[in-house]
Amino acid sequence: MISFKLNGKPTQSNADQSEPLLHILANDLGVNGPKFGCGLAQCGSCTVLVNGDPLRSCVAPLSSVQGRSVTTISGLATQGKPSKLQQAFIHEQAAQCGYCTSGMIMQAQSLLDRNPKPTESEVKTALDGNLCRCGAHNRIVRAVMRAAQGV
Amino acid sequence: MTALQTSRRKFLKTSGALTLSFGIPLMDVHSQSAPASDKPRLAGDLQIHRKLNAWIRIDSATQTVELRIGKVELGQGILTAVAQVCADELDVDFSKVNIISGDTALVPDEGVTAGSFSMPYCATAVQAASAEVRAILLGLAEIKLSQAAAQMKVQNGLIRAGNGAQTSYWDLVIGESLNREATGLVKPKPLSEHRYIGRSVPRPDIQAKVMGDAIFVQEQRPQGMLFGQIVRPPSHGARLQSVNLSSIETMPGVVKVVRNGSFLGVIAKREAQAQAAAQALQNVCQWQVPNNLPKTQDMPTWLLQTKPDVVIPTKKQARANSSSANTPIARVVEAQYYRPYHMHASIGTSAGMACLGNDGVLTVQTHSQSVFQTGEAIAKMLGMPKEKVRMQHVQGSGCYGHNMADDAAADAALLAMQVPGQTVRLQYSREQEHAWEPYGSAMLMKTKASLDAQGNVLDWDFTLWSTPHGTRPSGQPGNLLSAAYLEKPFAMPKPVNGGGPNYAADRNAIALYDFPGHNVTTHFITEMPLRVSSTRGLGAYANIFAIESFIDELAHASGADPVEYRLRFMKDERARDAIVKAAEKFGWSQWRKTPGRGRGIGFAKYKNIAGYCAVALEVEVNRQNGRIRVLRAVASADCGHMVNPDGISNQIEGGLIQSLSWTLKEEVQMDNTRVLSRDWNSYPILTFSEIPPVEVVLIDRPGQPFLGTGEASQGPTGAALANAVFDATGVRFRTLPLTPDRVLQAL
Repeated sequence: MISFKLNGKPTQSNADQSEPLLHILANDLGVNGPKFGCGLAQCGSCTVLVNGDPLRSCVAPLSSVQGRSVTTISGLATQGKPSKLQQAFIHEQAAQCGYCTSGMIMQAQSLLDRNPKPTESEVKTALDGNLCRCGAHNRIVRAVMRAAQGV
Repeated sequence: MTALQTSRRKFLKTSGALTLSFGIPLMDVHSQSAPASDKPRLAGDLQIHRKLNAWIRIDSATQTVELRIGKVELGQGILTAVAQVCADELDVDFSKVNIISGDTALVPDEGVTAGSFSMPYCATAVQAASAEVRAILLGLAEIKLSQAAAQMKVQNGLIRAGNGAQTSYWDLVIGESLNREATGLVKPKPLSEHRYIGRSVPRPDIQAKVMGDAIFVQEQRPQGMLFGQIVRPPSHGARLQSVNLSSIETMPGVVKVVRNGSFLGVIAKREAQAQAAAQALQNVCQWQVPNNLPKTQDMPTWLLQTKPDVVIPTKKQARANSSSANTPIARVVEAQYYRPYHMHASIGTSAGMACLGNDGVLTVQTHSQSVFQTGEAIAKMLGMPKEKVRMQHVQGSGCYGHNMADDAAADAALLAMQVPGQTVRLQYSREQEHAWEPYGSAMLMKTKASLDAQGNVLDWDFTLWSTPHGTRPSGQPGNLLSAAYLEKPFAMPKPVNGGGPNYAADRNAIALYDFPGHNVTTHFITEMPLRVSSTRGLGAYANIFAIESFIDELAHASGADPVEYRLRFMKDERARDAIVKAAEKFGWSQWRKTPGRGRGIGFAKYKNIAGYCAVALEVEVNRQNGRIRVLRAVASADCGHMVNPDGISNQIEGGLIQSLSWTLKEEVQMDNTRVLSRDWNSYPILTFSEIPPVEVVLIDRPGQPFLGTGEASQGPTGAALANAVFDATGVRFRTLPLTPDRVLQAL
């Protein structure tokens, strides 16, 4: 039995501890944010925060979150109200297909938590391991900068 | 007023009155081009699905409009734009429009969502249908309120008559009033009355995706759902020699191991169990693997040496018939260009979900672009009547053409047939998606031009070699990947090259420039070393890359400015406008050359019938390591009457960035047995640190037809980049991609 916090709520899983965290979140716990993209930690679409740090949930085993706190995109909003970063993504329409969006937002959130006023180049560096195929990159950078500026 | 079942006669009478009250002169009615049949020509796909209630229903209970369309959301915002058009024409708030999209049991069959056709065919149909529905509703209100429709005003479905009497769409008894064909007699609103068309209405699906709502096929998880996995051969031509299934059947959680010929799959209770079983199954398979693939570097020669199925005279225009028939030729310039295989490379691997119900109906959730035709192909593969396969579109990761969405639907169906009553969902591994998707075809283009003494083009010859660009399911099981491996296999039908006006391999092979002599020849090769199909733009990307590189070469050969030189031969005013606007925004005439830097421009009118787009960009080339950095890019776009400007901008800038990635980095690698590009390290794409700022200049054409946008910027971008690299280095790159190795070697 693995116990952890999921978006603030105490959560337990009886699943095989070697199963990827992504499967537990998506298939057992009904979490929609993190997505399977590669299973190789190469694209970032499965990114969640564990104790505030970004983690590729497609390769992390369930056992790695024992006693820790997992945050997904659903955990950013407060009572259905989008967080500043989510609001900035909506404002900038910073997506096309949106498959990478959840991973982008989680990766960007971890940057803003560490560095609330990043430069554009710091944002690009932080997101360099998250792949977007639609070409929404500039919008995504603008959204993160917008959230950082507290607009 | 009692329940009203407006008869056809009554309707004609009513709509006749409405026609007048809407100010359409009778002459307009009669001056419509005489149709082949006695039916009027209707707008967009309304021509093929003529009943209004096939598209629009008024839901009184929820006070909403249900809009049913055959086109589907591929992540490009099409549902938002179509809803804007509907809301405007029907005079309801945007939020009142509920779209049902891509459910074969409910919506009109609008074919494939592709080719930048959704705005011209679907949005145009919705605009016309909405205008007619509004007229019919006002006709009903006219009877109910005994007031003239001409004096009625509608706001969010609330109807106010001239005397102040009120009713609403939701209060009218509509009955069978919409169960009739459109007439083509009701004109859409004047531009001045648009509330939504022309506004950047935010996409509701982006909000949902940002908030973590369930949107994608990959997020569907009905109770008791099982997980499927497929085991693929090592390569396309491989056949299964032997396999022992017994050790797999007893693995934890395994519900079923499926073997049908060389098709292998597993169904398990948990996703990880399905993956483990598939991996174990993979390990006990013996395959016979052919070794006859051309290697990556041999593809250009392969294209030139393989016998084409057909040599198509795409365009023949002899100079002899022009005013410059007798102008002497001062010089002749020739070049050869090559584009390798590209992947769609969706970020999410393809997925599908299926369940065979007790009623014998197989329901499939899919992110296919062609729900009807793929459903038909699946039905034929399974030997079922097509009515027994219901396809429901659910969004997937962006596809950029025919990726593996249809294959995933078919595979989910094959597995679900083995466990009746239970839902099976499957999602491919990254390796499966990379190695098995139908790539964008490699292509080779040869160009030759003769010039007069002033450097003007006299003869322009463009010759291309390509494998197919269209192997979509199209109702044919042989186009589904797994169908070829079944015990009773389905052979892939021989692909054809689509003709004009859209073309396929020769899409955009006819330059829009006005040259006295102009010949285009297409060598269409149906033999396929690798499986190929529609990838954003089809042949357009490569053809525009060659045309716009070559015209740049001619400009330099003639000592002319590349912008001025293009305008010399361009008669189309909107094309000229697009080129000039991009150049102006870039600052073309003020630009000063500095060492290591260069600028380039490229232009195309997509398919020569859709959106106009010019791209100008600046690069810096590092002579030490061969790296090309794109410093900034500007694109102009004329997509006719703009419905959602930000949506257009998003498509143009996204297409530009994707094309930079193709041009700088992408090439499917293979040896003589198999594809070697099997993950993101072996098939890298552009990342954040390599993305330039992109500015888009939108050119609105109010009242003009909607032109497709989604594929407009791909072609011009590739050429603009190569032209800028030439400007920076003096070296012309004609073989893609422009990797540091290739650049370094040439410098």
